[in-house]
Amino acid sequence: MSLDSVLFYVLAALVLGSAIMTITRRNVVHAAVWLISALVGVAGLFLSRGAEFLAGVQVIVYIGGIMVLFLFVIMLVPVHDESTQRRFSNQKWPAMLAAVALFLWVAFIAVNGVGMLDHPGMAEPLGPGSLSENSEAVGLVLFSQYLLPFELASILLLVAIIGAIVMSKTRNPETES
Amino acid sequence: MEQLLANPYVPPLILTAVIILVFPLIAGYIVLAERKVLADLQVRLGPMRVGPYGVLQPLADALKLMLKEDVIPSQSDKWIFWLAPVLSTFTALSAFAVLPLSDRFFVADVNIGILFILAMSSIGALGLILGGWSANSKYSLMGSLRAAAQMVSYEVPLGFATVTAIMCAGTLSMQGVIASQLERGVWGAFDNYGLMLIPTVLFIIAGTAETNRAPFDLPEAESELVAGFHTEYSGFRWALFFLAEYAAIVVISSLCVTLFFGGWLRPFPNVAALEMPLNTAFPAALFALIALGCSKGVFRQALVGFRLVMAALTGLFLLVAAAFALPAANELMIGLFWFGFKLAVMVYMFIWYRGTFPRFRYDQLMDVGWKWLIPISMFGLILNGVVQLFARG
Repeated sequence: MSLDSVLFYVLAALVLGSAIMTITRRNVVHAAVWLISALVGVAGLFLSRGAEFLAGVQVIVYIGGIMVLFLFVIMLVPVHDESTQRRFSNQKWPAMLAAVALFLWVAFIAVNGVGMLDHPGMAEPLGPGSLSENSEAVGLVLFSQYLLPFELASILLLVAIIGAIVMSKTRNPETES
Repeated sequence: MEQLLANPYVPPLILTAVIILVFPLIAGYIVLAERKVLADLQVRLGPMRVGPYGVLQPLADALKLMLKEDVIPSQSDKWIFWLAPVLSTFTALSAFAVLPLSDRFFVADVNIGILFILAMSSIGALGLILGGWSANSKYSLMGSLRAAAQMVSYEVPLGFATVTAIMCAGTLSMQGVIASQLERGVWGAFDNYGLMLIPTVLFIIAGTAETNRAPFDLPEAESELVAGFHTEYSGFRWALFFLAEYAAIVVISSLCVTLFFGGWLRPFPNVAALEMPLNTAFPAALFALIALGCSKGVFRQALVGFRLVMAALTGLFLLVAAAFALPAANELMIGLFWFGFKLAVMVYMFIWYRGTFPRFRYDQLMDVGWKWLIPISMFGLILNGVVQLFARG
C-alpha cells in the first residue's frame, strides 16, 4: 500500500470515528470537540488530495468560524440539563431517509466509477504538477464557470442572515405603529 | 555531515527542534522585556532581584511554574481541561512551520503559508474557549464567551487586511510575498501609492485583538474576571497558555512583518549603496552598543556574581558584533537579523499598547470591530483592488 492510501485510510478512520463519537456523546461540548476533530480530518483529506487551498479554507471557515459560534451557543446551555432531554428529535425518519438516499447515491458512484460524474465543460482536475496554482485555479473556476451557483449560494446566505435578524428582533407594539 | 544536511528532510527537522526548544526561552525573555518596559512606562524598576537588573528572572519563573502543584478543579470537565492548553500551545507552535525567518532559515515554504497561519490561530482560539468552559467557574466561562465573540468578530477585518496584502503580492506563499516586495522595490505597507497603509493599520489593530492583548484583553480582564479564561489554571498548564499567548504574538507580528514590512529584507533592498551601512555597520554597531551598555554594569557593583554575569553578557554581545563584521557569518545571519529586528519592534509596540491604552468595554469592543474595522477593511480592499487594476494595467 502506498503512503498516500495509508494516509487516506488513517484520515478516513479519524473522520468516521470522530463523527460517530459526535452523535453518541451525551455532553454537547464533547460532541462539539469530536466534530472539530472530524472537520480537521476532512481538511487532512483535502490536503492529501492536493487541494491545499480547500484544506486551509476548511479549517478557517468551519473551525475558526462555525465551530467557535457553535461553542459560544453551547456554553450558554447548562451542562447537566441535556442528559435528561430526548436527544433525537421528531425528524428521525426524514433524517434516516436522507442518510439512506445519500448512501445509495455514493454507493452508485462508487460502483460506476468516478468517471460518470464527468460532463462536457467540467473544470480540468488538477494534477500533482499544478500545486502552485491551487488557489488561482479555484478562484478562476469559481468566478467564471461556476459563477451562477456561487452567486446563488451568496444570496442564500444573505437571505439566511436577514431571516435571522427578522426572527430575533423583538416586536415592540408601542414603537411599531 | 554534508550529506546529512543535503537530505531535504533533515534541515527542517533540525530547525523545528531548535524552535520548539528555544521558543520557551524567547517567550520568557519577551515576558521580562514586557515587565521591564511596563515598569519603565510607569516609573518603576520592574524585576531587579534575580540576576543583575533581573536578567535571570525568566529562568526562576520557569522553574517555579514547573515545580508548582498541578491543581485540577474537582467539578471541572477533566478531559477538556487537559485538552485546552495542549491545543493552544500545539497550534501556536505549529504556525512557526511556515514563518520565513530568513532566506535560508525556514521549515517549509508551502503555497498556502498564510492560510496555514490563519487556520492554526483559529484552532488555537478553541483552546481558550474550551479551557474557560471546562473549569466550571463563572469567571472562566465569562472569559471564554468573550474570547469566542472577540475571535469571530476580529477574524473578519484581519482576514480582509490579509487578503488585501495577498492581492498586492499575488501569492499565498510567505517567501513569495517577500520576493514580490523585493521585485516591486517597496514594502507592502507603502505599496499602491500608500493606500496599503489602510490594511496595515487594520491588521495591527485586529492582530492585537486576535492575540487578546491589551487594550483588547477582555477574555482575561483581571479587574472584573479575576483572570478570565485561565482563572482555574495553575502551574504547568497555565504556563502552556502563557507560552501559547506569546507564541501567538510572535506569529501575528511575523505575519505582519512578512506581509507589510518586507520580512527578512533590509530596508531599501534595491539601493546598492546602502548594502554596507545597513547590512554590516548597523548590526555590528547595534550589538557593540549593547555590549558597551552591559560593560558598565561590570564595574558598578561589588558583587562578584553580578560582575560575572555582566561580563559574560558583554562578551556575548561583542562576539555577535564581531560575527556581523565577518562577511561569511554576516551573510548567514543578516536575514535573521532583519527579521528579528522588525519582529522586536512589533513586539515592543504590543507592549507599548498595553502600557498606554485603557481596556475597551465589551460593547465598545464590538462597536469598533463591526461598525468600524470591518467596513473600513472592505473599503480598503476594494480601493486597493481598483488602484492596482488601473495602476498596474
